[in-house]
Amino acid sequence: MSALLDLTVLELGRAIRKGEVSPVEAVRAALAVAGDGCGGAFISLDAEEVVKRAKALENGAKKIENPLFGVPMALKDNICFTGLPTTCASEMLKNFRPPYDAYVVERLNNAGAICLGKTNMDEFGMGSTGETSVFGPVVNPWSPDRVAGGSSAGSAAAVSRGGCWYALGSDTGGSVRLPAAFCGLTGIKPTYGTVSRCGLVAYASSFDQIGPLSRDAADCAAVLDVIQGHDCRDSTSLPGAYGYLLAGLTGDIRGMRIGMPVQSFGDELDPEVRARVSEVADVLRNRGAVVEECELPALEYAVSAYYVMACAQAGSNLARYDGVRYGHRAPGCANPEELHMQSRTQGFGAEVKRRILLGTFVLSAGYYDDYYRKALMAREQIKQEFSRLLERYDLLLTPVAPGPAPRLGESLNDPKRMYLSDIYTVCANLTGLPALSMPCGFHSCGVPVGVQLTGPALGEDKVLNAAHAYQQETDWHRRRPECFGKGGTDRWSGRR
Amino acid sequence: MEWETVIGLETHVELATRTKIFCACSTKFGAPPNTQCCPVCMGMPGTLPVLNEKVVEYAVRTGLALNCEITKYNRFDRKNYFYPDLPKGYQTSQLYLPVARNGAVRIELENGREKDIGISEMHMEEDAGKLIHEPENGCTKVDYNRCGVPLIEIVTQPDFRDGEEVVAYLEELQSILQYLEVSDCKLQEGSLRCDVNLSVRPVGSAQLGSRTEMKNLGSFRAVRRAVAYESQRQIAVLESGGAVLQETRRWDEDRNKSVSMRAKENARDYRYFPEPDLPPLRLDEAYLELLRQQPELAGEKRRRYRQEYGLPAYDADMLTGQKALAEFFEETVARGADPKTASNWILGQVLRQLSQRNLEAKDMTLLPRTLARIIELVERGEINRNTGVQVFDGVFDGGDPEEYIKVNGLRQVSDPEQITRAVETVLKQNPGPVAEFRAGKEKSFGFLVGQTMRNLGGKGDSKQVNVILRNRLSEP
Amino acid sequence: MKITRELVERIAGLSRLSLSEEEKKQMTVQLEEILGSMAALDRLTLDGEHALQERENVLRPDEETQSMERTELLKNAPETDGEYIIVPAALGQEEEG
Repeated sequence: MSALLDLTVLELGRAIRKGEVSPVEAVRAALAVAGDGCGGAFISLDAEEVVKRAKALENGAKKIENPLFGVPMALKDNICFTGLPTTCASEMLKNFRPPYDAYVVERLNNAGAICLGKTNMDEFGMGSTGETSVFGPVVNPWSPDRVAGGSSAGSAAAVSRGGCWYALGSDTGGSVRLPAAFCGLTGIKPTYGTVSRCGLVAYASSFDQIGPLSRDAADCAAVLDVIQGHDCRDSTSLPGAYGYLLAGLTGDIRGMRIGMPVQSFGDELDPEVRARVSEVADVLRNRGAVVEECELPALEYAVSAYYVMACAQAGSNLARYDGVRYGHRAPGCANPEELHMQSRTQGFGAEVKRRILLGTFVLSAGYYDDYYRKALMAREQIKQEFSRLLERYDLLLTPVAPGPAPRLGESLNDPKRMYLSDIYTVCANLTGLPALSMPCGFHSCGVPVGVQLTGPALGEDKVLNAAHAYQQETDWHRRRPECFGKGGTDRWSGRR
Repeated sequence: MEWETVIGLETHVELATRTKIFCACSTKFGAPPNTQCCPVCMGMPGTLPVLNEKVVEYAVRTGLALNCEITKYNRFDRKNYFYPDLPKGYQTSQLYLPVARNGAVRIELENGREKDIGISEMHMEEDAGKLIHEPENGCTKVDYNRCGVPLIEIVTQPDFRDGEEVVAYLEELQSILQYLEVSDCKLQEGSLRCDVNLSVRPVGSAQLGSRTEMKNLGSFRAVRRAVAYESQRQIAVLESGGAVLQETRRWDEDRNKSVSMRAKENARDYRYFPEPDLPPLRLDEAYLELLRQQPELAGEKRRRYRQEYGLPAYDADMLTGQKALAEFFEETVARGADPKTASNWILGQVLRQLSQRNLEAKDMTLLPRTLARIIELVERGEINRNTGVQVFDGVFDGGDPEEYIKVNGLRQVSDPEQITRAVETVLKQNPGPVAEFRAGKEKSFGFLVGQTMRNLGGKGDSKQVNVILRNRLSEP
Repeated sequence: MKITRELVERIAGLSRLSLSEEEKKQMTVQLEEILGSMAALDRLTLDGEHALQERENVLRPDEETQSMERTELLKNAPETDGEYIIVPAALGQEEEG
């Protein structure tokens, strides 16, 4: 195992800027893992191109003074990058090469980042386990018979295994936080509107947000400092002062008020997870925070409101995959209607179809008021409760998932159960609030357990600071799985 | 039984913005296929819409001109359906909160009767692409240039009773939109398209009959004929004891009939929901006030021309028919020309020149002050009217009338001695007509005036010529 | 909410997805189960339009930028003639909208 791989983004970045490590060395160390199966984490990578990019950065006339300079990373395969296909892990887009770069890719390029490759995911982001990819499932680095968590499964597995130092995922209902929790990483879904969605293939427009997965809160802060910003190509992008998160990371949380909604600690919660999360409260108290219980009754609407809205928007967002301009086209069709029908039937997997059908249903004639409109109301109620809570508290502390990473295959035929496992994460998407997941111990089955911190709108600084304080007290974020730095082709069906 | 036809109209108007509604591609008509496109209007994965501010401005201006209530809190909605010309699989439109509602347009009919047509709503949306069918190759070709060109759809109340009313409304609408400069309104380029919703009912019945929607009406003539045809068709169906099928029909102009388009049960479930990629649009009073200060519309102008300038209805209609012409007229009058004289010149000489050159009024280089000057020169007697026309033609493309008169020696001859000399010469050369006139044949006088003018090279002051000639002839 | 096979067929048609007999059966059961779990929403009382705190009035000036090269735009298309995108003949199909 290369010692390089064990560094954080900030440590490696510092070493590169000091000239102690070259970008090419870093790339080669990562490729040894990423290019060697990596547990199905990658869908595509172009080793030659990556080395070229690293050399170009090395020889560049002007060194970029950014913590991310020269540090290899990976992109979830629903983020457009002209260098590689953007497949969304779907048969539908297997050969799609985007004609433009996503906003985050532009920002990363300017910071001197190196994109190693594109990571595996649930098809179009639809799944909580990382198993719905057309390229096959991503396994949990800590336990090969368990899932890595979805939908940014490959991004999490890649970082967790040492295939790169950080990765971008996207989070629509927990898709960054869930895999971060299951793989022992720190991941954050920033405030809706702070990272442009330009170039992020849409799942549910109201909720989609790009966020980083990395080893600790400080690394997340460094990445957010680069990718957050106002973008006039995204009408939901928020203007604001970005780029000061890392500089504001003090670890001082004395007097910080933290609420624990009792509804998030109900009967559905695994007792071990409950215990680990309670321990986090103790650590934060020791650092001077005030942690107490509070009420969040609207939580009962969260999953329903989320799935109604997400599926409705998904059904509409995925209507563009009709076999006409790009993507899979069914051969031998007699007319456009048949072309649409066959191309979509062949191009989409079961979970995507299920959500499209659900979405079509809740919007179809006669049902809009019963479902979509009610979901909007429920969302409003949840927003109001959160905003009231966040007047009293700086942060809310909850579990990320009701239990540890499920076994592979366990959730696939029980969609209802899979949807319910998103109960703690969907709130941040419904409300647009920033939420972070970080490791806080292990479950007896051997996989990490995560804890979630939710902050007020644009309160990434508070969220990251509390996480940073916790990570100064604990070392869960420094634990590495056995497969770390080894690659491994136990599950892989992507391509090089 | 006596039948009454009831018609409502849905009109799509392409707005004359430079760029598309949600991206910065050009809207110019006639570019090579798929060259005015980008990832946004081609519906590529990961792309997002950003609303063009001019679209909002044009839509609101139109709404105000149609006397509508403007919606302060606007939102866009997605209308979901599949078709190869629709890249995103949905059209971004407005269903729940259209930008304008409850307006009215006053139309004038042949017999001078006026009628108000209610506007139920008007909304903003995007156009789709264009399909070119090649049945001989078993394929259809798709061009997305038009995709994302901004449209407004104007929906009327079922207030029309015949094709004449429909055409009068469309003409009025066209004139309003051209005056506002929000659309070119070219039917043949598809920038104005209308669908006719038509039903019939027994006269006196308050209930509406089952209606059909007719598409593909490419000209006013087609609208008139389609309305007549469809209304007759429905009456015939009902009189033979049948029922009118609620369906979409297509007007076939070549065969002069409407044909049923395949009706599908499911086709109409558009699953509208609020567009999550576009934040709401709030229009405040200050913004609306700014847009209320818009140019006078044709209808108002027409009334004013008759009342204020005392012009006949014909003149008022003709002048206001084209915005540029009306503006030219007003400028000319503002520079001192008598309104009726200016109107005569414009409707006569200006239109003659334009049609000879195949030009539109808005493309003309002639300045109102040039025409006003020519009119003034004629009034003052410096040139006569015929010379005036000659000067007008000479400076139509530019130039100064007085300079032209000087260079071409066209100044009017009003010196009595010079005219008297010419009269003497003519009398000497034409003893016959002189004798006839003196014998009471008034017609010969005209001949002698003509001869005198000819002698003066056409530049004689006709009043003076008349007086001197008549005086001379009355002498023995 | 009772989900019938006809309803599943109708929404599959609207979604342009063709389902096998097995899939129809499965979807009927699963949709009913998922929608059943959404009963929580029925406890909400609808009291007028909600007012979400959102951004408003995001507009761009009417300024043209260069369109993308056609070859670049068509490079992912399954079938083109270099100018147009080609689809099977659409004639005789109802044009909606």
